[in-house]
Amino acid sequence: MALVFDALLALAMLWLAWQGVHAQTLFQAVVSFMLFGLLIALAWVRLDATDIALAEAALGSGVTGALLFAALGQLPPEPIRARRRTRWHRRLLALAWGLVLLAPIALLLYGVLQLEGRGLGAEVNASLSQANIGSPVTAVLLNFRAIDTLLELVVMLSAVVVVWSLGATAPSPLPWLPAPSLPALTRLLFPVFLLTAGYLLWRGEHGPGGAFPAGAVLAAGFVLAILSGARAPAPDGHTGWRLLICLGPLAFAMVAGGVLLAGYVYFEYPPRVAGLLMIGIEIAAGISIGFMLTALFFAAERDHSSQV
Amino acid sequence: MNLFIDGASLMLLVLGLLFFLSGTIGLLRFPDVFTRLHALSKTDTLALGFISASLALQSGSLLLTLKLLLITLLVMVAGATSSSLIAGAAIARGVRPWQR
Repeated sequence: MALVFDALLALAMLWLAWQGVHAQTLFQAVVSFMLFGLLIALAWVRLDATDIALAEAALGSGVTGALLFAALGQLPPEPIRARRRTRWHRRLLALAWGLVLLAPIALLLYGVLQLEGRGLGAEVNASLSQANIGSPVTAVLLNFRAIDTLLELVVMLSAVVVVWSLGATAPSPLPWLPAPSLPALTRLLFPVFLLTAGYLLWRGEHGPGGAFPAGAVLAAGFVLAILSGARAPAPDGHTGWRLLICLGPLAFAMVAGGVLLAGYVYFEYPPRVAGLLMIGIEIAAGISIGFMLTALFFAAERDHSSQV
Repeated sequence: MNLFIDGASLMLLVLGLLFFLSGTIGLLRFPDVFTRLHALSKTDTLALGFISASLALQSGSLLLTLKLLLITLLVMVAGATSSSLIAGAAIARGVRPWQR
């Protein structure tokens, strides 16, 4: 029974991936992509990776979907692509490329099947007591490979900086609303968004959750508020926005470097305060991720508001 | 007692699936956006309620039941709002409701 479900899931994912690339309109492609993200989240749940499922559902499907829709709003309306008949030699070429690409996939599959054991789970669990935190995933993210996570935050920060350098962002535009129900819903749901983000942060210490899903939920709440007419100052050039966006990477880097002063190695948390430090980093990172994603959404809405 | 709970749970699940099915058929077969919304939003709300009730009977825990209730309520509110937004946007774009 479970096998039937997994097979259906895999087939649906392949179909949606195909639709995402070959749909007749961009709108259909975006919707297919968002559904694809949701099914990927489901696949991660089936693989017992709840953390990644949470992050995928919130980031891959939710926030990315909002960004894609905002980008779609800036494009001129497109005509429906007519299905052209492809020439036989083009089909042959496509087939040849497909076969060429199949070879590395087969090689990868062979390599995966050759792997001994089931990943690094046993090693992580064995050294979990040294990490001073309950959740193995958070231990990996904030302790065993903390510098990778810091660099991920810096990459996100650079993305925001690059987007800002492309031009000034307007303050949030007053959206056109066909019905008064959206602001009412937002008033009702915004506290729930904040509560969920806080819950995910708190839960990251001992279970699935953490800064990335929490930040994505926070950003989703902000985006919903903007879409229902909440006013906020333009992010770029605003000191408050800059501080909030830098908070996570800054706190992370300060802890990493600060322990040097106390006589420890770079990124070596002092055992007595390790848990506290990691929770602090997690909270700062979650807030920053939320505001960074919102800033990206602001930038995507920018030109749209000036055109209308 | 267990048999009774399992039977009730199964019945609710089947009912929910039937409503999902009828909503999907409506989405595919109805003539315009308004009738499709009508089919989808009503049946989905009902079907989700049935399925949540069925799962709540199986969960055997008050906390899980409350979480299922919360999910159902959130989806109901979000579904109603998004349906009204889609319908409002369609009217504003000049889509005339279908008439026989």
